[in-house]
Amino acid sequence: MGRLGRITRRAFLVTSVAVAGGVALGVWQAKRDLPNPLEPDEGEIPLNSWVIITSDGYAIVTPRAEMGQGVHTTLAALVAEELEVPWEEIRTLHGPAAQAYFNGALLRAAVPWPDYEITGWKEWLADATFVLPKMLGLQVTGGSTSMLDGFEKMRLAGAAAREMLKTAAARRWGLEVEDVRAENGKVIAPDGRAIPYFDLAAQAADIEPPSDLELKPRSEWRYLGHAMPRVDMVPKITGRAGFGIDVRLPGMKFATVRRNPKLGGRMLDHDPAPALAMPGVEKVIALEDGVVVVANNTWLAMRAAEAVAIEWEESPHPPTTPAQIARLEAAFETEPDSVMRDEGDAVAVIARAPTDKVVEAEYRVPWLAHATMEPMNATALLEEDVLTIWAPNQAPTLIKAKAAALAGVPEDQVEVHTTYLGGGFGRRAETDFALIAVEAAKAMPGVPVQVSWSREEDMTHDFYRPAAMARMKGVVNEEGIVAFYGRVSAPALGRQAGRRLSGVASPGPDRMIVEGMFDQPYGIADYRVEGYAADLDIPVGFWRSVGNSYNGFFHECFIDELARAAGRDPLEHRIELVRRVHEPSAKVLEAVAEMSGWGRSRREGVGRGVAFTYSFGTPVAQVIEIGHADERIRLLRAWIACDPGIALDPLNVEAQMISGMVYGLSAAIFGEIGFEDGAVIQSNFPDYEALRMPQMPQVEVRIVEAGKPLGGIGEPGTPPSMPALANAVFDLTGKRIRTLPLGKFISFA
Amino acid sequence: MAYEIRVNGRTHAVDLPGDVPLLWVLRDALGLTGTKYGCGIASCGACTVHVDGEAVRSCQLPLAEAAGREIVTIEGIGSPETLSLLQEAWLAHQVAQCGYCQSGQIMQAAALLAANPDPSDDEIDEAMAGNLCRCGTYPRIRAAIRTAAQMMREKG
Repeated sequence: MGRLGRITRRAFLVTSVAVAGGVALGVWQAKRDLPNPLEPDEGEIPLNSWVIITSDGYAIVTPRAEMGQGVHTTLAALVAEELEVPWEEIRTLHGPAAQAYFNGALLRAAVPWPDYEITGWKEWLADATFVLPKMLGLQVTGGSTSMLDGFEKMRLAGAAAREMLKTAAARRWGLEVEDVRAENGKVIAPDGRAIPYFDLAAQAADIEPPSDLELKPRSEWRYLGHAMPRVDMVPKITGRAGFGIDVRLPGMKFATVRRNPKLGGRMLDHDPAPALAMPGVEKVIALEDGVVVVANNTWLAMRAAEAVAIEWEESPHPPTTPAQIARLEAAFETEPDSVMRDEGDAVAVIARAPTDKVVEAEYRVPWLAHATMEPMNATALLEEDVLTIWAPNQAPTLIKAKAAALAGVPEDQVEVHTTYLGGGFGRRAETDFALIAVEAAKAMPGVPVQVSWSREEDMTHDFYRPAAMARMKGVVNEEGIVAFYGRVSAPALGRQAGRRLSGVASPGPDRMIVEGMFDQPYGIADYRVEGYAADLDIPVGFWRSVGNSYNGFFHECFIDELARAAGRDPLEHRIELVRRVHEPSAKVLEAVAEMSGWGRSRREGVGRGVAFTYSFGTPVAQVIEIGHADERIRLLRAWIACDPGIALDPLNVEAQMISGMVYGLSAAIFGEIGFEDGAVIQSNFPDYEALRMPQMPQVEVRIVEAGKPLGGIGEPGTPPSMPALANAVFDLTGKRIRTLPLGKFISFA
Repeated sequence: MAYEIRVNGRTHAVDLPGDVPLLWVLRDALGLTGTKYGCGIASCGACTVHVDGEAVRSCQLPLAEAAGREIVTIEGIGSPETLSLLQEAWLAHQVAQCGYCQSGQIMQAAALLAANPDPSDDEIDEAMAGNLCRCGTYPRIRAAIRTAAQMMREKG
């Protein structure tokens, strides 16, 4: 990879042309509009922004953050499928931060309708949302959108390159392009003569691909739809994969950061002398809200950072968890921020209903940290007016723009290298960790500085999953649920994050308060969902599945309560209600019922819970089975059914579904961030635990393909896990726990 | 004062204070970055290495105590060109996702199989309980350990 990774700054001078306008589809237009940011070395011939032919194989630019979700492998498979090259001869590289690699699907979910309803004019509008990421050059990995964005684009990139190569060969032979075929890295003439791609590449690079590229039908796929060996597997199991924290550069210094634990407060005063007296310490750099300590070893820097004497400002936020919850409660007394679902007249139906048919409940979830296994870090080097950043990140073009402003250098003089990410989960869609490294680099010109956060610093300076509350009402009769009225209070994550990342708070209702509640495919005649924006500006961010992570819990626990109040089986009744609206979702529920043997009688001492959510374009149903282990509860088995439209890599879909579920179960059982004196209480894994191997249930995954459009896979496994477990606890114990984490109320083995 | 430590069969002179944990000697002084920092307090297992054949959290072993002992890291048990049997099993089961914890998982599993060539599921769970994986790769880790155990037995 070495030379390919060296994409020089000259390329950035080329790419800094004005923003291209207009709606353009397909790789040819993308190629014309957006300059190819790749600057090849000798022996490397780029045919477009994604495909590079080299003397020893094929390098495919997979410009999304590989944070475990397998994105490099499947993006490469999309290209390789059409390029017609052997899988063993491809390699992938993330490539530079560039407008060419914008994520066109990023804002698709921002439309105010449920995904399953997006057809007709809504489809047209949803498609039009890709213009903004393109204009802004939003190269972001998030929202489970990489496949939605890349499914056509990456195949077209491969097909375009293939046609360029075929044309070059046909010209050389004096044949028509229709007469030659591409196979296994070669172009082949009717008489059997063959030319390897590399020998054609220089000539092909100057050929314009046809605009009417044809993509293979699914029946001819050799890579897509099959389990491909992950391109990152061997490096990751031999300790050779380069994560951000593994960057090593000549002359590099090792640093750490210590910031005001009282979130939002500044540093009022500090005395670096005690730290500077410690071994290996070279410099203490003051930030607005803390210090960076630079040393010749990360551990020495961490110890020295603790020794800096600092006077902190108080936090501007409500300083304790109860004070914050009071703000969530107070929001219910304000005007709703949104009413994104309002069918029938749920309020009137509830008012009219006999009181014994009305069910009311209040739910609460806490703040959560991301706790990626690799703590936050980045490395930066400022040489005169050229800034180079190495960072495990989900938003390289945002980092590039913000870092340029911070360092006072032109944007085209900033180079961002995206390394492997030791977990992202949305935390690394932020830019703070990179900007702190830039601050350090500014203070030490000409010296590369790596700023690694301690686990404690990482956990206490996160952008947290919002704490949230829901007040739910519903009406049932003997047939089932007849009215559903959900009210959700949460900090306005969408507005806060919009302000932070783009400088502008998006106008209108904040969808993230209610996503996962308003957009579920249940056919309930009187159905209303209101969102309330709590007056709380504690830093909040995108936590795997975002708003769905709390609304999935609220919605699916309450559906369970209502179904049981109606005397209906919670799984059967879900199938009935969902089938009225979205058949593929009903099939997913049927699949999970069949897999888990739902209708059959249960063993004594075993409880089961079901939940269903539709998020990021993918309906997922989970059944979780639990049992007693002495006085505690043990997770026994779990079944997951999902419909991502097309399982582009079934083994990876399985991995992501399980991964999403485990992330949610960790939160459901253990996850809680609390505040005292304006600071986060939890600081490391002993007080912010996660599921460990002995707690891991046996899991079975089934992928249903009922013909729905392509959906995401990285996040949709998370939302149903928490309610499925809470519903199982009720099934087993008769205890309806409406506040997470469950581990505060019952013990888990 | 400089310490001499032996890592993956090679001796290195390290000029760092004796209380610097082995983890940070490996990563920052020797450039052996396969061993990961996750928590610094022995609660996640990402920094697991072998010291005299035992799985040890390298974030808890000071340099002064590591000196003179036989240390093996993930870089020492196999390479991309010549995977160890255990790594072959990891590859076959496509275990890793983000991959950050996997060095520690593999080192822990290697120590388990060296001590117990045919572990039961409960023994696997118990041995691996200290190794956190936020991606939830546990089912595939279990499967890979079982496969590796079988491969090792067949090989004799």
